[in-house]
Amino acid sequence: MGLTLNHFLVLGAVLFCIGLYGALSKRNAVAVLMGIEIMLNAVNVTMVGFAFYNTVKPWSTYLTGQIFAIFIITVAAAEAAVALAMIISIYRKRNTVDVDEINMMKW
Amino acid sequence: MDLATLLFWIIAIVLVGSALLVVGLRNIVHSALALVVVFAMAAGIYLLLNAEFIAIVQILIYAGAVTVLILFALMLTRTSNLSTNSNPNNKQWWLGAIISALVCVGIIAAVTLSQYSTARAGNAPYPAYAPSHSACILPPNNVAYIGQLLYSPTCYSYVLPFEIASLVLLVAIVGAIVIGRED
Repeated sequence: MGLTLNHFLVLGAVLFCIGLYGALSKRNAVAVLMGIEIMLNAVNVTMVGFAFYNTVKPWSTYLTGQIFAIFIITVAAAEAAVALAMIISIYRKRNTVDVDEINMMKW
Repeated sequence: MDLATLLFWIIAIVLVGSALLVVGLRNIVHSALALVVVFAMAAGIYLLLNAEFIAIVQILIYAGAVTVLILFALMLTRTSNLSTNSNPNNKQWWLGAIISALVCVGIIAAVTLSQYSTARAGNAPYPAYAPSHSACILPPNNVAYIGQLLYSPTCYSYVLPFEIASLVLLVAIVGAIVIGRED
């Protein structure tokens, strides 16, 4: 048995759901951000797997999956910088990073 | 079992195990350090898939920059009990576990069992390195090819999304400074 595309898709799915659990169930805002980073990495694994096992066109004619992965990495870096700036700003104002206590928009 | 399959299983087990450590450890600094292992193992997966450039970028950006950024944020938002229980679950953690388990089962079923799944399409394990039919010369390796795809103005390329990505980074830098400054 060799490696198939399904190996990488299932690995990406498992990793995505671990990150989803971390993003949904943590109280520290930085831990939520770590879960989001794991989810983005799972999507990247899936994208690069699709780019490698592309049988529709000749292999790496367009490498679209790898280009997608590069843009996802770019957006993830921007998202991490902005989110951590927001966390530090909230900590400076409220003296907490617990997402259960940050409820300024609660009606 | 060939070498690639063996490497895949080793990397996948370490990857999933360290991801579980990230969401499961009680000390959040240990979680951030387990996140480094997740990023490095994902780079190993990319190397296994012939994506050398993305593996290097993964090491540089994720294992280098993002981890340092997260550790700085942890240091600047230090709570009182950092060592005992600094990474607690909230009250709806069981609901999050149920939702993520359902999503996991749904995705795996869609990948393996559904009518239009990729398993039924038949995937050749290692397709041949076929030359493209366009007028462009096929570059010799992965890095040169990604460079041609990102920068080349004549061949089929991603120049406009690349410029938009640089604009996104500029806006993110300015936004992070504006949000994070003391006033």
